[in-house]
Amino acid sequence: MSVHPIRTHPLRVTVSSVSSDAHMWNLVHLQLLLEEAGHEVTNLGVCPPDATVLDACRGADRPDLLVLSTVNGHGHLDGLRLVRTLRRDPELAALPVVIGGKLGVRGAADDRLGQRLLDAGFTAVFNETEEPAERLLADFLGFLGTLAATAPPIPAGAR
Amino acid sequence: MGRFADRVRAARAERRLVVQPRMGFGALEKMRAGLLAVRDCRATTVGTVTLDSYTRVGDHASARRALAETGGADLNGFPLQAYGARAVRELLASVAADGFPVQVRHGSPLPLDLFRTMVEAGVDATEGGPVSYCLPYGRVPLPEAADNWARCCELAAEAPRPMHLETFGGCMLGQLCPPSLLVALSVLEARFFREHGLRSVSLSYAQQVHLGQDLEALAALRRLAAEHLPGVDWHVTLYTYMGVFPRTPIGSFRLLEDSVRLAVHSGTERLIVKTPAEARRIPAIEENVEALEFADAIARQAAADCAVTRCPEPAGTGLLDEARTLIDATLELGRTTGAALVSAFARGVLDVPYCLHRDNAGAARAVIDEHGMLAWSRAGGMPVTVRGTGLGSPGPLTARRLTTMLAHNERRYDREHTVGALLRSPA
Repeated sequence: MSVHPIRTHPLRVTVSSVSSDAHMWNLVHLQLLLEEAGHEVTNLGVCPPDATVLDACRGADRPDLLVLSTVNGHGHLDGLRLVRTLRRDPELAALPVVIGGKLGVRGAADDRLGQRLLDAGFTAVFNETEEPAERLLADFLGFLGTLAATAPPIPAGAR
Repeated sequence: MGRFADRVRAARAERRLVVQPRMGFGALEKMRAGLLAVRDCRATTVGTVTLDSYTRVGDHASARRALAETGGADLNGFPLQAYGARAVRELLASVAADGFPVQVRHGSPLPLDLFRTMVEAGVDATEGGPVSYCLPYGRVPLPEAADNWARCCELAAEAPRPMHLETFGGCMLGQLCPPSLLVALSVLEARFFREHGLRSVSLSYAQQVHLGQDLEALAALRRLAAEHLPGVDWHVTLYTYMGVFPRTPIGSFRLLEDSVRLAVHSGTERLIVKTPAEARRIPAIEENVEALEFADAIARQAAADCAVTRCPEPAGTGLLDEARTLIDATLELGRTTGAALVSAFARGVLDVPYCLHRDNAGAARAVIDEHGMLAWSRAGGMPVTVRGTGLGSPGPLTARRLTTMLAHNERRYDREHTVGALLRSPA
């Protein structure tokens, strides 16, 4: 177990699928992974309508990071729509939002989806059809480490 | 009984296993080509039309948009509502030679609109259930799904040609659910179908991680189905492993082969196969045909083998008793099976391990034990026996342990490829 050299704060992370994706194991796994790293997780579960995801990120519920995990191949469509809506909302425009999993249905032909999603407003994209899953997981943990080193600590009263 | 049950019965009379793909395409012509390829391949088959995820969640506008923009190529299945009953009826008629029956697979917790279209289109069969398509697949409250499914069953039963309905309860979450609960849920959903008028049903069970345990589960399923479904024409449907699949072709085909042998040795009538491609993407038509023909060849071989060698034996873990206890404890809680199911989940008497749905208690935990079988590590409020602490060290469930258990079959079956490569390569 490597120790991050920079002092980090636990993050409040909201984990969610996208509107059309009913896969659950990826969400169960992510929650365990994030909790073991010391972060606080709210798991929205499968098939959340866009409004459910947006509402879960507003006001007192605002997380430090929204993680969308999806493997049904509609991620590039659902994620694109969701992030565009989210970025248009002044309250959510600056929220760190990442998406990962199997994002398209065409396998290797989906290699440019990542850039398209980044252009639309995602902070980071972890597309399994572009990179092997193990490397993506390491990349994601690295991303979390960086974010945890820069995010402000969770105020005591907000938990 | 309808074309679907007729085909299964005719196959059983010839001692043939019915094999079926998981197949759904967004483009109508590709869907037709897929059904024709399945109908005409060298195996005893029924057809499958799997719906896309937009249609499953009722977002028909997105399905229509995808049809308009790319002709459906971007969809992960067939958009039934976007095409409408007339187009579906024509599609089915165009592939219907020799009474080839087709099952529509949808995964929707509130499928009443889909059932209306299916009845109007004359669909032979579909599947799901009030629990199995609610808890794992969405956010709909269980009581609402149960009401909706009751109306669906009545619609399907009153159709000019009553539909055949398959429970999905034997497949909850695809993996890591102990078989006693899978068997109990499959029987309870079949009871629910019967109470709402259906007279031709099938009961599902998904291959798990241990042949002996799966044989024990399938024997228990048949026994309990016979007790709970008087006056109903029923058969059993096995699913090739639905969890994390081997990555190598040899590993994938070996896992598929083991599911075929499991089907044959347990007297299962129908098998829903998987293809090696599915670990990475939606399989092509040819890959589905290859898997069906492979399964058919193995099934015939396995039946012949059994005449000369001893068949594998079921394990003796008390699975029948545990499944029966779960069913009886559930049925005590309501006047109807639907009310009993809702109440049982509310009290945690039924509790699917790892399921995130808010109507699931989430207190139970399952592991793969030291015998390589699924076992309860936490019972929650269920009348089940806790046996296992699981692979590796006891202690809290970590992401790494979960991954290890989820990848159990992947690792087991891909090992053969690794060893084979070692044997082939010079030292």
